[in-house]
Amino acid sequence: MIPSSPLLPDQASDVARSVDHLMIYALSGLVFFSALIAILVLVFMVKYRRRSADQVGIDVYETNPKSHVLEIVWSVIPLTLLLILFGWGTKVFFDQNRPPADAMQYWVTGRQWMWKIQHPDGHREINELHVPVGRAVRLRMISEDVIHDFFVPAFRIHVDVLPSRYTTYWFKANRTGTFHLFCGQYCGTEHSRMVGHVVVMEPRAYEAWLAGEKTGPSAVASGEELFVAKSCNTCHRPDSSARAPILNGVFGTQASLNDGTKVLVNEDYIRESILNPAAKVVFGYQPIMPTFKGQVSEEELIQLVDYVKSLKAAPTTTAEAPQ
Amino acid sequence: MTAAATPAPGTNPDGSPRVHYLNAAYGLKSWLLTRDHKRIALLYLVSVSVFFALGGLMAVLIRMELVTPAGDLFQPDIYNRLFTMHGVLMIFFFLIPGIPAVLGNFLIPLMIGAKDLAFPRINLLSWYLYSIGGAFTLWALLHGGVDTGWTFYTPLSTNYVTTSVITVGVGIFIAGFSSILTGLNFVVTIHRMRAPGLTWFRLPLFVWSHYATALIQILGTPVVAIAILLVAAERTLHVGVFDPKLGGDPVLFQHLFWFYSHPAVYIMILPSMGVVSELIATFARKPIFGYKFVAFASIGIAVLGFLVWGHHMFVAGQSIYAGVVFSVLSMLVAVPSAIKVFNWTATLYKGSISWDTPMLYALGFIGLFTIGGLTGVMLATLGIDAHVHDTYFIIAHFHYIMVGGAIMGYLGGLHFWWPKITGRLYPAFWSRLSALVIFIGFNVTFFPQFILGYLGMPRRYHSYPPEFQVLNVMSSAGATILGLGYLMPLVYFIWSMRYGPKAPANPWGATGLEWQTTSPPPVENFKTQPVVTAPPYTYPAPTPSPGVALGD
Repeated sequence: MIPSSPLLPDQASDVARSVDHLMIYALSGLVFFSALIAILVLVFMVKYRRRSADQVGIDVYETNPKSHVLEIVWSVIPLTLLLILFGWGTKVFFDQNRPPADAMQYWVTGRQWMWKIQHPDGHREINELHVPVGRAVRLRMISEDVIHDFFVPAFRIHVDVLPSRYTTYWFKANRTGTFHLFCGQYCGTEHSRMVGHVVVMEPRAYEAWLAGEKTGPSAVASGEELFVAKSCNTCHRPDSSARAPILNGVFGTQASLNDGTKVLVNEDYIRESILNPAAKVVFGYQPIMPTFKGQVSEEELIQLVDYVKSLKAAPTTTAEAPQ
Repeated sequence: MTAAATPAPGTNPDGSPRVHYLNAAYGLKSWLLTRDHKRIALLYLVSVSVFFALGGLMAVLIRMELVTPAGDLFQPDIYNRLFTMHGVLMIFFFLIPGIPAVLGNFLIPLMIGAKDLAFPRINLLSWYLYSIGGAFTLWALLHGGVDTGWTFYTPLSTNYVTTSVITVGVGIFIAGFSSILTGLNFVVTIHRMRAPGLTWFRLPLFVWSHYATALIQILGTPVVAIAILLVAAERTLHVGVFDPKLGGDPVLFQHLFWFYSHPAVYIMILPSMGVVSELIATFARKPIFGYKFVAFASIGIAVLGFLVWGHHMFVAGQSIYAGVVFSVLSMLVAVPSAIKVFNWTATLYKGSISWDTPMLYALGFIGLFTIGGLTGVMLATLGIDAHVHDTYFIIAHFHYIMVGGAIMGYLGGLHFWWPKITGRLYPAFWSRLSALVIFIGFNVTFFPQFILGYLGMPRRYHSYPPEFQVLNVMSSAGATILGLGYLMPLVYFIWSMRYGPKAPANPWGATGLEWQTTSPPPVENFKTQPVVTAPPYTYPAPTPSPGVALGD
């Protein structure tokens, strides 16, 4: 359903509710201080209006030793209220940005001017995102061209979608319904058409919906095909570590690099290693891998990343370089 | 000074000066080659007004498009160019030069008892640089303009749009040097050319706030110039700085851009705060409550302003811990701003308050700036910004600061010093009415946008979901009132230049050296070197004493 209230947006997650509470605190401060200033100004304007042409005002600042106290008071009180707002706002922001570990992972690819979405089971859709209610959903997002921004007002959170690395959006819808999805970062001609909907469904309805749609191969399966098609497997072979590191079990570990530093093997590092393999070469290997920049799309990259993530460590092999 | 200046002491029968800076020389050459800060200020007044009118016209077209949810008046590309050019013209060619180059230029030498700025030729050069920059931008406008948003975010601006990014960039780059030179001129003038007895703590607050502004202009502007050069290099030579396809980082641009463009907000608002301090003191006829607090608050805002740029990037993919640091620093900027508002309000207490037009503008400023500032605090709050970022909430917020704050201050200042600048008075009724109409029109235009933003309407949308229409129609209706309000001063100011009654030297009974000389001032500003013996805003104001020729 599209918002019906003229003054308040739909509230479709617990985080959205906490943002609204924070807003009410900030708004009450705004109303209090604006009203205070407005009333004082108007009262003084009338009460101390000029009554004769040569009347001058009375300087109370120099004559009253308490003036400085007054100034300290009206510096410290706002500062205190501001620091409360800061602390509360920071807590809410962390809630908005830190997905729980058990979240279902979806992939989002933005491009001028559409959203491409891939479900955990490989199902894909455009400008629509169907999710079950009550489940935490994590979106890993990347752009194929310029900066976009994933914005669902009902969840009260924006996250930019960058062309350079993955960013994360998460929410846990607490009610069913259809909610606006906007591109929140100006991205060129049809920016205002880069819109869609998030459809939150009962879990059963979601299962039925998934079953009724034609489901393609999962990202992992597509990634495995690509891994062969792009001949990645000629060097990254599970049974040999002669020319390239074995990828089984590397995800989430720290890899040692040739320059002595370490890097966390995450989605961004795998993506970078495909596009720009020479940037961070694992210790003990030569920068012999060719770049795949321009040969794989962002969606194919996502599939490859998902495939590498899915590779479990064999009991006897590790990702470390040969000694 | 202009060559033909041979000031013979003497006045007309009606008390106005016989020879002053306006009639000391005639002809186009006497204006275009002038080194008189007062004439240069008028050159700026004309040029910034042209850009304000153009930017305003685009605002009208934007509001017309947004009356209906469908994008049915313009093609999307035209709409995108309209809001981009509106932002570029208003920010770089009206708001940033506005008060410093017009009022600051005219008044700083007068307020400190000097004959001119420290570098009169550089002052004229600033105006030419500004005009050349403006010409580039107008040329680009005639050739289709630019559609990146005034923020020029990469890689959209470097590798995806085909409009005149570089031409407009060059225009802003050149105009930036005008801003730097003006700032430099002010700093040197304020340091070196104060009248005898005019110590730092006897300076009018207008001068303090322009000093703070000048520091930002000098230190901040080069950074945006660098960002523009890098965008141009990536567009033309494909040097990979920002576009990840070339190996760059798109977020780097945002850091460089906001490192200048956030402090630039204070370039727009600080001079306006200076104007308001003068107006409140004059029309309450008493010293500003806590002069030193207000003076140091200006410097505090200028310094802290350099440390908060990251609050534009809370959701841009920067680390959430960086967001925390920028959030708390942004909260701190609110403190000196709050001090100013409280001190202005306290100044009214036991004042002798007149309801003259400039005072009405000043009070309008306080009201609108308070709302603009407090909504700014909301935006500095991470949890709120993550929702209202890049929505109409932020559009409303910065218009409350820049239009409600900066332009109210600018118009208040123009009304206050108009008799000094032109030697003429304007109609009291119509000018009071204009302050009221602008205040009402402004609120009807921009208040609904706060609600639109919280509802989730993104900025820079050419078409929008139909449930947002009612508030958009309200906003467009308010813009009509606001537009009428802005036309009123244009009409009666022009009328007053020819038909307005002659103004006395000190029509408001104000303190300040500028009111001690004739209206309009002579070419050399003062017939005798003024000497300052008292703090500012010591009422009753001394009577002006136009005396003998300059001492040396």
